[in-house]
Amino acid sequence: MPYGPHTPEDRAKMLATIGIASVDELFDDIPVRLRASHLDLPPPQPEMELAARLTGLAARNRVDLASFLGAGVYRHFAPAAVDQMLLRGEWYTAYTPYQPEVSQGTLQSIYEYESLIGELLGLDVVSASHYDGASATAEAAMMAARQTRRSRLLVSRGVHPHYRGAVRTYASGNAIRVDEIPLVADGPAAGTTDLAALERMLADAVAQSDPVAGVLAGQPNFLGLLEPMAEVSRLTHAAGARFVAVVEPVSLAVLAPPGEYGADIAAGEGQPLGIAPQFGGPYLGILACTNELVRQIPGRLIGMTTDLDGRRAFVMTLRAREQDIRRERAASSITTNQTLLALAASIYLATMGPRGLADVATLGAARAAELEGVLAEAGAPRIHSGAYLNEFAVHVPNARDVHRRLLGHGVLAGLVLSDAEPDDPSLRDALLVCATEVTTSQEIRMFGDALRAELAGVAGRGDHARTAAGSSAGTAR
Amino acid sequence: MPAGALRVPGFRVEEDLHPMVPTGLRYTKDHEWVRVEGDQATIGITQFAADQLGDIVFVELPDIGRNLAQSATFGVVESVKAVSDLFAPVGGEVTEANGDLAGQPEVVNGDPYGAGWMIRVRIADPAQLDELLDADAYDALTAAG
Amino acid sequence: MSVTGNRLQPTIFELSRPGRGGGKIPSPPAGALDRVPASQRRVTPPALPELNEPEVVRHYVNLSQLNYAVDTGFYPLGSCTMKYNPKIDEWAARIPGFAGLHPLAPDETAQGSLQLLWELEQALMEISGMTAVSLHPAAGAQGELTGILMIRAYHHSRGNLERDEVLVPDSSHGTNPATATMAGYKTITIPSAADGGVDVAAFTAALGPRTAAVMITNPSTLGLFEARIGELLEAVHAAGALAYMDGANLNAILGRFKPGEAGFDVMHFNVHKTFSTPHGGGGPGAGPVGVRENLVPFLPSPRVLREADGTFRLERPGERPSSIGRLRSFVASTGVLVRAFTYIFHHGGSGLEEVSNDAVLAANYLKARLAGTFDIPYDRACKHEFVASASTLHHTTGVRTLDIAKRLIDYGYHPPTIYFPLIVDEGMLIEPTETETVETLDAFADALIAIAKEARETPDLVTGAPQTAPVRRLDEATAARQPNLRWRPDAARGAAAP
Repeated sequence: MPYGPHTPEDRAKMLATIGIASVDELFDDIPVRLRASHLDLPPPQPEMELAARLTGLAARNRVDLASFLGAGVYRHFAPAAVDQMLLRGEWYTAYTPYQPEVSQGTLQSIYEYESLIGELLGLDVVSASHYDGASATAEAAMMAARQTRRSRLLVSRGVHPHYRGAVRTYASGNAIRVDEIPLVADGPAAGTTDLAALERMLADAVAQSDPVAGVLAGQPNFLGLLEPMAEVSRLTHAAGARFVAVVEPVSLAVLAPPGEYGADIAAGEGQPLGIAPQFGGPYLGILACTNELVRQIPGRLIGMTTDLDGRRAFVMTLRAREQDIRRERAASSITTNQTLLALAASIYLATMGPRGLADVATLGAARAAELEGVLAEAGAPRIHSGAYLNEFAVHVPNARDVHRRLLGHGVLAGLVLSDAEPDDPSLRDALLVCATEVTTSQEIRMFGDALRAELAGVAGRGDHARTAAGSSAGTAR
Repeated sequence: MPAGALRVPGFRVEEDLHPMVPTGLRYTKDHEWVRVEGDQATIGITQFAADQLGDIVFVELPDIGRNLAQSATFGVVESVKAVSDLFAPVGGEVTEANGDLAGQPEVVNGDPYGAGWMIRVRIADPAQLDELLDADAYDALTAAG
Repeated sequence: MSVTGNRLQPTIFELSRPGRGGGKIPSPPAGALDRVPASQRRVTPPALPELNEPEVVRHYVNLSQLNYAVDTGFYPLGSCTMKYNPKIDEWAARIPGFAGLHPLAPDETAQGSLQLLWELEQALMEISGMTAVSLHPAAGAQGELTGILMIRAYHHSRGNLERDEVLVPDSSHGTNPATATMAGYKTITIPSAADGGVDVAAFTAALGPRTAAVMITNPSTLGLFEARIGELLEAVHAAGALAYMDGANLNAILGRFKPGEAGFDVMHFNVHKTFSTPHGGGGPGAGPVGVRENLVPFLPSPRVLREADGTFRLERPGERPSSIGRLRSFVASTGVLVRAFTYIFHHGGSGLEEVSNDAVLAANYLKARLAGTFDIPYDRACKHEFVASASTLHHTTGVRTLDIAKRLIDYGYHPPTIYFPLIVDEGMLIEPTETETVETLDAFADALIAIAKEARETPDLVTGAPQTAPVRRLDEATAARQPNLRWRPDAARGAAAP
């Protein structure tokens, strides 16, 4: 065992103290017929060899591509200080701050996280973190249902499809009905939440004596478009429902915060705040609400208090909401959360500062505008005309095939939208692309040149290419 | 609240003295008390229960007008590290809830039989009162447990 | 003291000075946001703190030194498996090829990570004796929800809609009943038998046509192997219900007991416990689930698939309609799983068996050392952890387990888990783990024995502890009655900034 501590003498002493001859005796209580003999796994691998194996595996991933892929996870610059701090053992080898006297570091850092995110969102109460954007959104939806004691949710189709999936899964357990609000099909508002449909659905629900508990909309939405959040909020509240805003934190440096347009609950993915993509996580689920909903919010909360000597200190509070005390009456089962990632986000925000964060959002928007121009020129115009920040959908004939061919040019051309939204015919030949502050003009030119070449090739190959594209199974998700 | 509710020490060192049980009230095995005046019943939790819970930090009470069956859950009381349901000693309509507890839940620890009362109910069936314990019986119950 | 610092810090907001810091990225061109309508723009910039990097670093280094951690000292927090976190695991997760890979990257550009995930699944199948594993859940509690939702889908697929109860023992983790509620089930709590084990007769009596599942932690939260587990599993299956195993305590039984082979239908793994992915001050974890054949159709989506040509791909949306769906975004918390993979293959099969042997040896050794001083309510061979109780000491001295825990801080230790499981009076759940030397175990036992002596001779020393930590005991009541959950310049509670 690589980290084993015992010498033969140690073992002999321990066995003698226990009063047994062999450690096997300690397993005598496992019924004989249920005993396993051993683990059929490879022998131990020395660190040196293991490191080489891991390096080899990692080399099979292609992270050298010029990437325009976002769709919920974004490449951003993170100051080196963030990871340096995270690697301190005092942070990452501690656990939940059950003993506040020897956990003030973690406790204060979470309190500061709650404050930083509260400031970004314009909301009062921020949980100490959830698993990721999707599960935080699902918990937000369940909060609305609990608070209103209603059992129907309306989720805009502009919310990330994975988040909609998680909401459905969480809702399935408690017979909560989830309906999707369609997006406007055409015109200047195309691709954003259909307000007329929302109003109708809210009214229908009342007519059916099954009123809506909560309405969920994303800002920016999955297609990168800015939603009329204030209007969605107004319609939602008029129906006595709670409004859940699903937001992206970097954008909040420049976009109106949820608290300003009346959101009761906000959820989102904190990954853009200094956290690497890592093929799916660990990320940071942001969940926040107004004071009115404080007793409904699941997850840990840290508060400021004093010690016996009157010194300022921090402690886990409102604990009786949590599963270890409330058991089957708890609002959620969450216990282990994403504290280390909340710390990363805090250090990122503290290092970047308000101007730095605004610069990140603004520079991303500028790069995206540059990208829009280059792609349009190459033959891939935007699908929608509404305002966006740094991500948008473009029309590309035979999108899936072109997307695959562009890999050969060293370009990861965003997301094939029909793979993510197979039911939406308007997105059949479309790519979702994004730019951030780390996207370079050179990468954008490379994308444009490669796309122009491929589109010329597709035109030349005609029907043959279309058949090939139709038969090649989707590769993205 | 259920008998044998979790007891976890909090910030203050608690006294282990067995608290006095006022006569003239009726009690449940779940540590609620009830004071009857005409058709009105005032309901709270006992000193024993408040001591067991430790520092009470939150009390959730029902809306006025709600009809409670006897033994129905009418609310929740939370301390720093424990939580317990509240059960109605008698059935009836809720006519009043102690709004002061929202801002000062600690009153339940300090004065559980007075300012720490929780709700008033219009008694639906006075016969239900007969099923409750008197002070001696409740005192014996808590002394044993 | 194994908290290395004592400098209480002002909040990051109090350290802020307008105009300080910045300059991390190039300035954006003017007018870049002109296309965003004014109505959508933020009017007041967020009041984030403004510091230069040296001040940020000093703040977080000083804060970190107020923490107790495995890297600073012995952390016998029962049920949490606070073992050494290998440094190569951190290195591996940060290899750019792993860290920089986008979760929606096309399969052909993600073969390294997909292979790693697939191989990890195979290893967890061998460890658990299960037919298949999903790495999707983000934490153990989400693994539980995944498992119970699969059980629900299983019953529903057989037209069996009336099963609406989940049975759990009263010694279970709170996540078990909370999960049952999230999945729409009613929890039936079954009292433990006098020997601390599951009460098979009580379980059997409670089983019936309404039972959907039974959730069992094995070894139990008392650190005891459920010796009658075979009987119980037979009764569960005879009633048409399924058996869920909470794998929180897997660290005790690697290579000795495989839940799938023994008859459990589904289990979750806590990789931050058994496979030493770091606890991170509260997370992240990851909660893979293993299932037997009967639940494979319901596994969450997407799964990692291996094609005939040896390449790997992720399942596409809708490819397996029987799936319960997704509980989170993307495939899995791969960054955590890279660490678990590294841990497992570093140890190999024989190394993992030694992990359990030494974890169980350490717990039994410590139990033997403390048996004369504290009550040992269940005095038989324990697994990786055991419960000691200060019940007698409390009755004779008035000193409580909470006081002992706080006094341990003065002696330089992180306290064990206290008052859990709920069924033990004045309980301490002590889990030493396999990576601690016998000198450490001895010193810890000596400290506890010395504290028991203090409780009899100088109890104020114990009830007034801790004295040497950065802060003394906290006012948790006021924190909960008047919550201050967010910094606001005008509402800082208590004393001025330290």
